[in-house]
Amino acid sequence: MPISFRLNGEEVVADGVDPHVSLLHFLRDRGLTGTKEGCAEGECGACAVAFVRRGPDGKTRYVGMNSCLVLLPSVDGQELVTVEGIANGDALHPVQEAMVETGGSQCGYCTPGFVVSMFSEYYRDGRVAGKDGFDPESISGNLCRCTGYRPIRDAVVQLGLPKKGDRHLSRLDDAAPSVAAVEYVGAGVPFFRPLTLKDTFPILAKHPDATLVTGGTDIVVEVNQMERRFSAIVSLESVCDLYTWDLADDALTIGAAVPLSQIEERLHGTGLLPMLEQVLPLFSSRLIRNRATLGGNIAVASPIGDSPPVLLALDARVVIASASGEREVALDQFFTGYRATVLKPGELIKSIILPRPFPVVSKFYKVSKRVMDDISTVAAGLAVDIGDDGKVTRARLAYGGVAATPARAYDAERELVGHAFDAASIARAKEKLATAFTPMSDHRGSASYRNAMVVSLLEKFAHDMSSELGSAS
Amino acid sequence: MTHVGKSISHESARGHVTGAALYTDDLKTRFANVLSAWPVCSPHAHAKVVSIDASEALTMEGVATVLTGDDVPGNGNTGPARQDEPLFPDVVVYHGQAVCWVLAETELLARQAVKKVKVEYEALEPILTIEDAIAKDSFHTKPLVIDSGEVNATLSQHKTLSGEVHVGGQEHFYLEAQAAIVYQDESGGFQVHSSTQHPTETQMIVARVLGLSSHDVSCQSLRMGGAFGGKEVQANAWASVAAVGANKTGRPVRVRLDRQRDMALTGKRHPFLGRYKIAYGDDGEIFAADIELFSDGGWSLDLSEPVMFRAMFHVDNCYRIDHLRVVGRVCNTHKTSQTAFRGFGGPQGMVVIEDAIDRVARATGLPPEIVREKNFYREGDRTHFGQRVTQAERVTRVVDEVKRDADFAHRREAIRRFNETHETVKRGIAVTPVKFGISFTTAFFNQAGALVLLYADGSVQLNHGGTEMGQGLHTKMLQIAADALGTPLESVRMMPTRTDKVPNTSATAASSGTDLNGAAVRDACQQIRERLALVASQKLGASKDDIEFGDGKAWVFGSPETTVSFAELAKTAYLQRLPLFATGYYRTPKIKYDEEAGSGKPFHYFAYGAAITEVEVDRFTGQYTIVRADVVHDVGDSISPLVDKGQVEGGYIQGLGWLTTEELVWRQDDRAKGMLATRGASTYKLPTLGECPEEFHVRLLDRATEPSVIHGSKAVGEPPLMLAISAREALRDAVAAFGSGGKRPEGIPLGCPSTPEAVFWAIQNVTARVQKVAAE
Ligand SMILES: Cc1cc2nc3c(=O)[nH]c(=O)nc-3n(C[C@H](O)[C@H](O)[C@H](O)COP(=O)(O)OP(=O)(O)OC[C@H]3O[C@@H](n4cnc5c(N)ncnc54)[C@H](O)[C@@H]3O)c2cc1C
Ligand code: FES
Ligand code: FES
Repeated sequence: MPISFRLNGEEVVADGVDPHVSLLHFLRDRGLTGTKEGCAEGECGACAVAFVRRGPDGKTRYVGMNSCLVLLPSVDGQELVTVEGIANGDALHPVQEAMVETGGSQCGYCTPGFVVSMFSEYYRDGRVAGKDGFDPESISGNLCRCTGYRPIRDAVVQLGLPKKGDRHLSRLDDAAPSVAAVEYVGAGVPFFRPLTLKDTFPILAKHPDATLVTGGTDIVVEVNQMERRFSAIVSLESVCDLYTWDLADDALTIGAAVPLSQIEERLHGTGLLPMLEQVLPLFSSRLIRNRATLGGNIAVASPIGDSPPVLLALDARVVIASASGEREVALDQFFTGYRATVLKPGELIKSIILPRPFPVVSKFYKVSKRVMDDISTVAAGLAVDIGDDGKVTRARLAYGGVAATPARAYDAERELVGHAFDAASIARAKEKLATAFTPMSDHRGSASYRNAMVVSLLEKFAHDMSSELGSAS
Repeated sequence: MTHVGKSISHESARGHVTGAALYTDDLKTRFANVLSAWPVCSPHAHAKVVSIDASEALTMEGVATVLTGDDVPGNGNTGPARQDEPLFPDVVVYHGQAVCWVLAETELLARQAVKKVKVEYEALEPILTIEDAIAKDSFHTKPLVIDSGEVNATLSQHKTLSGEVHVGGQEHFYLEAQAAIVYQDESGGFQVHSSTQHPTETQMIVARVLGLSSHDVSCQSLRMGGAFGGKEVQANAWASVAAVGANKTGRPVRVRLDRQRDMALTGKRHPFLGRYKIAYGDDGEIFAADIELFSDGGWSLDLSEPVMFRAMFHVDNCYRIDHLRVVGRVCNTHKTSQTAFRGFGGPQGMVVIEDAIDRVARATGLPPEIVREKNFYREGDRTHFGQRVTQAERVTRVVDEVKRDADFAHRREAIRRFNETHETVKRGIAVTPVKFGISFTTAFFNQAGALVLLYADGSVQLNHGGTEMGQGLHTKMLQIAADALGTPLESVRMMPTRTDKVPNTSATAASSGTDLNGAAVRDACQQIRERLALVASQKLGASKDDIEFGDGKAWVFGSPETTVSFAELAKTAYLQRLPLFATGYYRTPKIKYDEEAGSGKPFHYFAYGAAITEVEVDRFTGQYTIVRADVVHDVGDSISPLVDKGQVEGGYIQGLGWLTTEELVWRQDDRAKGMLATRGASTYKLPTLGECPEEFHVRLLDRATEPSVIHGSKAVGEPPLMLAISAREALRDAVAAFGSGGKRPEGIPLGCPSTPEAVFWAIQNVTARVQKVAAE
């Protein structure tokens, strides 16, 4: 079956195209060359396009994504706007006007991506005009090498609110397209996008070598950069069973396919899970988070994944589903080695359970070269509970970037439990931490720096928490 | 003037924001049967190519051919300065070097086919560091020397200190990677579309590779998605590959590098090693400096020699050092061929002297800004290469003004108090000046041409030799042309830069684009205007000298009520058989440098600037934020203030990236020796919005006319990059605050780039010393 989608208001049909082809290349091959490739790995945002989607609030909205990381058949049934579809004939869109006026473009190569990101932000429900209304995260996934960002920031800050009658605003009055299941073949490679788990397992049974994709923000990078090719692809992005958001008395359950930006939005300002609230803005960029998932982040089992240290510190359990039923595995038992997990063929991650009560004192730290949109050199999810007697009842010191898998420092945790969270116990824990891991040296940092960070972050945690705990280290 | 001096938007801004502005690879779909090329890259940094077997790839559907050295009809060497860049090498000399190229119907197919090409190598030992190159005496050039005054004698008469600083390289990361499309046109010539800063050189090298003359090849550079020097000579090879492919297959061929290949295959800012010995006094005066500079040139000479010269010319920055010797050496290593990059060696030279200045400050216990000011050039001073420092008072002026803008004195004090009360975070602040010499140091490049065509309906096509890469050159040229002709901006259409319009052009580089091309454009426009003035004088019955032009009209001086339109003048001139086109030309006067003597006047003038940066550093991780940056920069009388401010801001942030987050790492392990580990946006970290300080104030210096340049302006492309050195020195200042204060002859060593890790170790270093001192 060919796929079809709405592109700048027009119906587009594609057939026979290799499903490894990205939306970006498809657009460019059609002559829509406004959308640019700057990196092909989700870092630069020059390829951003805006999808019309239903948000967690039930309302229709524009959601920016990196088209270089979207496999073409994923777009079936969807609706999207590229930079070419933003202006009204000869009249520039307010976002475009602002960029022209402030000098927000020099070479102009990054500009289409910024315009699309700003376009999505412009129509964000509840945005107020002016400096305070501007969410810097909205352009965190766009790189510019020329301007130094100041004029672009000014352009966003000076945006007014959309006017009545704006066709892009009116579009949001109607529902976003609802997607159907996809069964597509291009260049001999089948691509499936089932809607339920029930439908997923027979496909996996029939195509045991099929590769799972959810947000694609990890695996499509390999398609683009290393020419990785799959014999069959199963996209989980529309499987409704993976979209759980269930806050119960005993736990919060998050579906494996919920995009990170939706988790961020749901948690924002609730104070429910500070560590998770802290990690998400530091996790790549908004453009990536609009598509990246927790399921994908855990499944790749990268030692430098950002969510695992937090989830480990929260005692997360992974719900694994297969044709034969479901099983639960504690996250600290889930990773078995470098990029390896307990997942067996035919299994997939359905959801992540975060048991309550959540830790009382907790903090996420990310050490990286850059604040925005960077990958961790070392990440840490640190959490302690303190009883009425002032003694630590639970301690979780979980790290990324220091071992083959994300890992907890059990020995150091034990030094804290049963003692006051004071200088003496912290010193003992630090001693254990100093030899807890044998990290590697690479381009992100040296082994000795990573080791130093393991220790130093506990110290920082103690320092940052001292006011909360009333006992300085 | 109507247009010059006004803040107007970039001439392509509308195209940028709508996606309508085209770049070289966007033209792909205009060529129905275009072939895509993909390189077979060496997995060794140094190896003999024993054999290439492409037979399996050639059997794949959609693969047209595989290009090897046998397909080159002419000279297969694309080296611009020296014939040292074989397009199809017998010996690979850096990791990733292209050995041969697959041409296929689509890029996807070409990429698949590349995996099927079998190349046999015989690995050889690579040289991967400056130290290793020095040890093995592996250099591209003889030592370059500037020796002024009595260095040895002065060093022996005063207190001295010695230091060493490694300065990291930098990836250009123009957002648009290298691209070229070549086809044979209906007249039999070769048309080259290339994202190049130097269309003439690309034309010349493509012709050489094809065994043709320059007149057989035309090169167009429509616009570039950034270049920063990275496309000054390094666009030539890709255009040449496409040309060889087009010649062999008779079809249009496209080469575009993806980001990974672009980073792995193309040159960067040169990493440097600087060693210095400084003679100084207790009041901070610097009496003498003996400096050695080593650059890592990579595998070919490229522009490394002029880059080293510029480093040597800027190793004084704004400081008068009467006895100064600087010796420069370009190391030959098995890495990408390092090349031009905004600043062109100047930044590295300046980092070395600023490092030394801080050492003097720590050794004497004086605030660094006092030591800097103590040594500033004054009116009448000459540099170590003998050029008089014109407008030397501007050093003091920009520094004073930026200190006032930034409220430096108060903030210095506030930071001192902040640091007294904060244990785990410290703040630092620094003010650093910039003096940057303008002109190509290769003298013959300092010329430019323009071709202006006036049509009988009054519309104008403007051609000049400069290329547009985002720096706003075309915008300024339109302003200059419209004013020179007295027309509205809309009457003048900027044409794509092509070698069949203006021949023998220079690279758009060395910040000189506006100075050179602007003067040539004005020259051409003035000739046309002269002719039109003649026509107008007849029509209006006045002397030619009394005719005024503006807003598409002409009138007699003093009687603006009676006008004749520009279009009518054009038409009449045509009917009177007057030529309506003109070529313009400009060459920079009075520049000369004697390499042997190490003295002369290599620069037409200097541009000045100063910046103050404040940072906050976390002791636990070494992570930091740029709290605020203030800049006062000298662009002369700005031709286009919005453009110029953009250059200053963009330059500062790009320099900031170079000195902080942008770290190039080449693997040293045996599994991939010499491979660039940071060859993508996920591993190589440019500044994002998050690095742009929330308080960022840039002001252009007023009362800054430069009388010897068009409309009193100054070049702006490169100088602002070096303003970011203030951020590095501010980091050092914050690191120092973790120590005990007081004199510190050993200085505050700080790695460059100053990544959080580098800052962390620097803090460890000073605190360890505090503990050591306390223990004693
Ligand atoms: C620019 C950029 C920045 C990034 N920054 C960060 C960062 O800061 N921190 C960080 O941790 N990561 C980062 N990543 C990595 C990536 O975004 C995350 O790992 C993301 O969570 C992956 O989710 P996904 O749904 O996109 O995974 P996909 O790419 O769809 O899948 C990843 C892998 O998981 C498997 N998989 C996916 N879903 C399931 C499932 N439900 N069950 C079983 N297997 C599954 C797939 O088969 C595949 O092997 C970044 C990536 C990019 C491109
Ligand atoms: S091309 Fe850079 S994010 Fe897609
Ligand atoms: S304007 Fe050139 S990259 Fe942003």
